Amino acid sequence: MSHHLNPSDAKAYTRRDFLQGSAKYSALFASAAVTVPAFLQSSAFALPGPAMGLSSIAGVDEDRILVVIQLSGGNDGLNTLVPFGDDGYHRVRPGIGLSGDDVLRLDRNGGLGLHGSMGGFKELYDDGLCAIVQGVGYPNPNRSHFASMDIWHTADTNGTGDGWIGKYVDAQCDGVGKGKGKGGAGGSGAVVMPPPPIAIGRTAPLALHGREMMPVAIESADMYQWTGDKFGKELNEAYLRSIQENDERAKAALLDDNKSFLVRTAMDAQISSRKIRKAVETESLVRYPNSTLGNQLSMVASMIRAGMKTRVFYVSHGSFDTHANQGGAQGSHARLLGQLSEAVGAFYKDLKAQENDGKVLSMCFSEFGRRVGQNGSGGTDHGTAAPMFLFGPMVEPGLHSRYPSLTNLDAGDLKYTADFRQVYAEVLDEWLSASSRAVLGRGYSHLRVLRKS
Amino acid sequence: MADGLLRWALVVWYAVLGDDLMSTRMEAAKPKPKSKSKPRRINDSLSAIKDADFGYAQARHLLLRAGFGGSDEQIRTLARWGVERAVDYLVDFEEISGQADEADSFDKNIIRPITREERKRFTKARETGDEDTVALFRNERQRRQREDRRQMREIQRAWLTKMVETPRPLEEKMTLFWHGHFATSYRNVEDSYHMYEQNRMLRKHSMGNFRDLLLGIVRDPAMLKFLNNNQNRKNSPNENLGRELLELFSLGEGHYSENDIKESARALTGYTFVDNKFSFNKRQHDGGSKRVLGQTGNFDGNDLVDVILTQQACAMFIVLKLYRFFVRDVPMDLSAMDIGTRRVIVKLTNLFRATGYEIRPVIRKMLLSRHFYDPANIGTKIKSPSELLIGSVRSLKVPVRDMGIVSDAMELMGQSLFLPPSVKGWDGGRSWINTSTMFVRQNTLIYLLTGVLPTRPLMFKEQSHFDALALVPSLNTATETHASDEQIVRELSMLTLGDAQESVIRTVLRGARVDEDEGALRKNEGAVRALVLLTSMPEYQLC
Repeated sequence: MSHHLNPSDAKAYTRRDFLQGSAKYSALFASAAVTVPAFLQSSAFALPGPAMGLSSIAGVDEDRILVVIQLSGGNDGLNTLVPFGDDGYHRVRPGIGLSGDDVLRLDRNGGLGLHGSMGGFKELYDDGLCAIVQGVGYPNPNRSHFASMDIWHTADTNGTGDGWIGKYVDAQCDGVGKGKGKGGAGGSGAVVMPPPPIAIGRTAPLALHGREMMPVAIESADMYQWTGDKFGKELNEAYLRSIQENDERAKAALLDDNKSFLVRTAMDAQISSRKIRKAVETESLVRYPNSTLGNQLSMVASMIRAGMKTRVFYVSHGSFDTHANQGGAQGSHARLLGQLSEAVGAFYKDLKAQENDGKVLSMCFSEFGRRVGQNGSGGTDHGTAAPMFLFGPMVEPGLHSRYPSLTNLDAGDLKYTADFRQVYAEVLDEWLSASSRAVLGRGYSHLRVLRKS
Repeated sequence: MADGLLRWALVVWYAVLGDDLMSTRMEAAKPKPKSKSKPRRINDSLSAIKDADFGYAQARHLLLRAGFGGSDEQIRTLARWGVERAVDYLVDFEEISGQADEADSFDKNIIRPITREERKRFTKARETGDEDTVALFRNERQRRQREDRRQMREIQRAWLTKMVETPRPLEEKMTLFWHGHFATSYRNVEDSYHMYEQNRMLRKHSMGNFRDLLLGIVRDPAMLKFLNNNQNRKNSPNENLGRELLELFSLGEGHYSENDIKESARALTGYTFVDNKFSFNKRQHDGGSKRVLGQTGNFDGNDLVDVILTQQACAMFIVLKLYRFFVRDVPMDLSAMDIGTRRVIVKLTNLFRATGYEIRPVIRKMLLSRHFYDPANIGTKIKSPSELLIGSVRSLKVPVRDMGIVSDAMELMGQSLFLPPSVKGWDGGRSWINTSTMFVRQNTLIYLLTGVLPTRPLMFKEQSHFDALALVPSLNTATETHASDEQIVRELSMLTLGDAQESVIRTVLRGARVDEDEGALRKNEGAVRALVLLTSMPEYQLC
């Protein structure tokens, strides 16, 4: 029969009880974890402690996190990683070009520097925490926003199919990978469901969409909660008690039907919502710039600090579509770069203070660069190759690949010297311990942007 | 034999001795708790369910699946009619006068090709470095794009409104099915009028013949643009449409070769569009001999469709997709499903082929069948965002308040009309659900019921009186209008969840009553609180 708490029972249920009484459950669902299939239940209960790895892949360092930072609109790589020593650069950018004084020099003789507003990036670079991959693009570049963004998101030059991170998650669900993934907790032979990736924003981008689970989109801690909370204590408690009872019943009966799945998700939602709101309320260890990206990364850092087991976070910044009045050392582009750089700088300071920096690899990209020559409106039009930035103590610091030639062009655009899928492949293989071949459909040679571990 | 008699005897015994005949029938319709012994085999009969077995629960199920759910009166009416009349009413929807076709309400010229004269002026401006004129052209293009996006939103809302208001819900359900099947996204098409015309074409043939749909889709400007067939030319073929036509629209993976794709692409060369209409560019068409799926001929797109329809795999593929949409989320692979369901799929496939790809007989047979009303198929499917929202509006009669917010919610839940995530459409089932979409589902219902949103106060234009008590049959009969709180909750639970479990009733009474006063639910506010709880229950996501 059903279990139910008699309201007049001395141990009658209270909201506090819910949070504490379900402590054993909150350890299990200490993340926005996806439901655990029924067949795993018994083995899960048999093993104690977080090594249960309910939310991560057994046999793989469960603390590794990837943060993808998307610069939307097409970031002008030439004014980000500036070849200020090259006359060819100045010749075609009389209005918006940056001089040696406007940049933060990266090397003594190469004539390369970061845009002057990127102090945060420069600091990370000097601390050996930044790898810059020059000239990243792909064959037959597409200069349309949607098409090129789809290509980066799907890692497919047709721009069709599921997102590359979605495919990574699907592969984990299928137990394909380098870890002892197929074993699962307790070696039951079952596959452990990974937690879904989290996008900070209204909706999750295509990159996160796969077949097995929908990525979670969290716009803000405020939005990520049940509005039933506003209807008073009685309603709240009645609801919480009800789903908890249902969840216990389902677990006891080892159910894995759709109803149990929904109950489990409702439970996870309540728990993770409280966790996230609590995490966000806690004052962060560093001060973040008050920009959208700053807020997003601050949220991510709070969630990491709160111990959420999510492996992939996705944030975005923009718009970098600077067709007109882009500015040079100052102006709209400079502002965007400054916000980017400050936010990422604060993020890694925060992670370091939390002692979590070693677990977090960040990867920053844009769907294309911009044309070499400025246009007639003081801006630049859609181009091709551009630099990618990776951050964290696990990167091989410094410059990678080659700066594209400014003279040997493809109809006025830079020719790429590194394929973005090479970077994806290395991140998948070396950082996430997945099989890049399974996810991307074929192998790509690594550029060695990550340290040998 | 004796076993069968015993089973029959037990059925009769329960039917006669059940306190309330209605509730016994509902009891029979509830899914039995899962036992650890051998799983019960699903009823695989496609014969029509008997009227004696077609009660409230079954009528409710029919309305939820063949439409977006129904009000209490509608459910009782259909139950009274019996299954044949009920199914005919839903399936033969042409006999119900529908709403006017709004073909002329939308502007077909927002996105239009550049004229020759304009192209001359633009090229000249670029050559002479006339930046002002170039900027003018760019601004005009951006203005049109903004205007078109606005129209796309309007068309989205118009379809949502149509789903809410239509007296032909199965027509809209079928159109939505085909929209997901022939998935085309505005994101790449960037022409709202083309998307709208595709929607009209899908609706026109939604319950007709599948051949007409295939023919329609290879000539559809939105699809031709979406899969770049306008760039599929004789000497530089583009295989996109050819591939998806075989893989996603008709046969499914494993039933064609890479060569079939190449040859299909050749057959489709020259199929493009001009001036919002299909256009066959003969010069760009490869009229040579092709070998596709074992047949040889100088096939064009139309011929290709007929070749595809000769394939055994085609009928089964479409039946599987229809089954997953209307009945249960099964694998796309026969060998991976239970025997009973497999039998059903095979029988429906044979029917589909035998009628020459007529869709209506298959749907009718499905909706009449004992299999459809098997407890394993009732209340076990996860509602899509449209089923959740449109269904709630139709069955609970909540005010829409602001269609923009509803449309927004659809996007947050992952089902933005005219913007499927990819050409594969929407997967459905559990893929709709995660912690954030669960909140959106619950919170949007709370918004419809009360106007309350997570982060902002109710706006004046969204205020609307919602008469929750009008939904309670006991309070609205001609005679007795008095009912206890418990009775009210019971009836609201029946309406929202399809049953009235004691634990649910207790939960709702506890949560909806403020200060424990009896009679709280006879006030509208109390009834609304009850509905807030009921629609937040995870079970409310099932249909």
